[in-house]
Amino acid sequence: MAEIRFAGYGGQGIIRSGIIVGRAASIYDDKFSTMSQSFGPEARGGACSSQLVVSESKVLYPYLTAAGILVAMSQAGYDKFEPELSEKGLLLYDEDLVKPKASRGNITPFAIPATRFAEQLGKKIVANVVILGFFTAITKVVTYESMKKAIPDSVPEKAIDLNLKAFERGYNFGLEVLKKQKEPQ
Amino acid sequence: MKASPTDVLTGIYYIDGDVAAGYGALAAGCKLVAGYPITPSTEAFEAMCRMGPQVGTVFIQMEDEFGSISAVLGAVWSGVKSMTITSGPGYSLMMESIGFGAMLETPFVLLNIQRGGPSTGVPTKTGQADMMQSRWGSHGDYELIAISPDSPQEMFDYTIKAFNLAEKYRCPVMIMSDECVGHMTEKVVIPEADKIEIEPRRFYKGPPEKYLPFSPDPDLVPKIAKAGDGLGLYITGRVHDERGYPVKNEEFKAKYVRRLVDKIRLNKDKIIELKEESTDDADVVVVSYGISSRVAVKGVEIARQKGIKVGALRLVTVWPFPDEKIIDLAKKVKAFVVPEINYGQIVFDVARCCHGQANVVLIPHGGAGVHNPLDISDAIESAAKEDKKIEGVVEFKTRLEKIVFERGLKFKE
Repeated sequence: MAEIRFAGYGGQGIIRSGIIVGRAASIYDDKFSTMSQSFGPEARGGACSSQLVVSESKVLYPYLTAAGILVAMSQAGYDKFEPELSEKGLLLYDEDLVKPKASRGNITPFAIPATRFAEQLGKKIVANVVILGFFTAITKVVTYESMKKAIPDSVPEKAIDLNLKAFERGYNFGLEVLKKQKEPQ
Repeated sequence: MKASPTDVLTGIYYIDGDVAAGYGALAAGCKLVAGYPITPSTEAFEAMCRMGPQVGTVFIQMEDEFGSISAVLGAVWSGVKSMTITSGPGYSLMMESIGFGAMLETPFVLLNIQRGGPSTGVPTKTGQADMMQSRWGSHGDYELIAISPDSPQEMFDYTIKAFNLAEKYRCPVMIMSDECVGHMTEKVVIPEADKIEIEPRRFYKGPPEKYLPFSPDPDLVPKIAKAGDGLGLYITGRVHDERGYPVKNEEFKAKYVRRLVDKIRLNKDKIIELKEESTDDADVVVVSYGISSRVAVKGVEIARQKGIKVGALRLVTVWPFPDEKIIDLAKKVKAFVVPEINYGQIVFDVARCCHGQANVVLIPHGGAGVHNPLDISDAIESAAKEDKKIEGVVEFKTRLEKIVFERGLKFKE
């Protein structure tokens, strides 16, 4: 079972990120997934988050009990949700937007300049999909193939190509990061 | 009768419970939705606004909740299926007309995405504290049906069932969901139309001069007419005879209001849906509904790992209440454990049916969240160990209550 928190600010596609991964998991990977979003006045413009539980069997408890993965797209989101990340958790973050504290426990941090990559691709708005590519490569919660199917289902038709490019960019960067980690220091 | 292919948005979706309920209503053939948008049910309105025109369903944003439910009643008497959608404060405003609908035997569906109350409460978070209101909210004697789904898939499936029950028994049907299920996004499979069973309206088809609008069939439910059929139709909220004319003597009241109640009570076996698991040799049975029943399964699993014999009884239909089932179980079990997101509602009906034969434990929750499964397993464990008979309802002290009342709560976050 994977318990994932996506955190950022309103407008970054944080909820959409939860939906894309959840859709990939439960429709294309044939697993079970439940996505809940933070909802309230504080979500507009300010901190925004979604929580996703992916499991091999029916998800009974719909919220996170111990976040295994935190995907942080803003400093406020990181500050708010870093404390709930489990000691063996994975931290994925946009390195231009989040300055993480000294790591605690055995948390493994993975940094990506997601927004910068998105700007290079032409639209800052796809930064969340860049980080989803990175997420797919690093965490393997969902398969690459399923994400490639779930993205076109979740974005406007004219934006599909750009989003798939953004996904590839993040995914390939993730693979490089993993490769470097394996190389002897 | 099968659903109409033009009403069913067949496919595999990843949607929230609100949207799924909206798609369920469309599949059931709902042709008018009237409402006044309110959090956390707004996504259901949005879904119906977006998809309604594709299947010929009209959505009206009314001036308020009184207007909304009245438009629904009017639409039904014009011959279509209709629904309104609301939450806490809006639900309170609709109470009078729910009784009016019950009195006129108007088949309609009301979707209540419960939020934390009372009053404005916590608009964006969950609660299950409207359960007694759904049963007793309008004045006078009447019975209705309430069902409580626990997932987006069930929101789709049970919205269709709600419409079917409404048509079959000509009564208001409440879908008593909550914010957690309403805002929970999961996979929802919408089958082909020919896989969906739809209850047609019980229209009168005999000679017009013989039509008695409130003369019941053997199952106690009368045939309905619609405006424009040319049948002499007089409908009133006053107690009325079989012609629909107001009467005020106690014999008629005894006969007529009795039937309003009996058509549900005497058909209970056909109406009630329960999900029962491992209750046969259980020491403790967890009785729950909606989102709490889903979280309870987790608590039950934890308790079982500790070797406790625990069963689960899920009330898919909450009203009418399954008295007989609880009476029967009470003879066999040591205790019932009832988690609900309120300070005790359905638990008192469980206790009522127990006749002191089993202990009854409430796991309360004030709302704005769901139960911690560990509280449920702990409550099961202590109920299983308790050998004394305890009168009345015992309240289990949850972790949350301990934090709030023992360690204290500061106002600053």
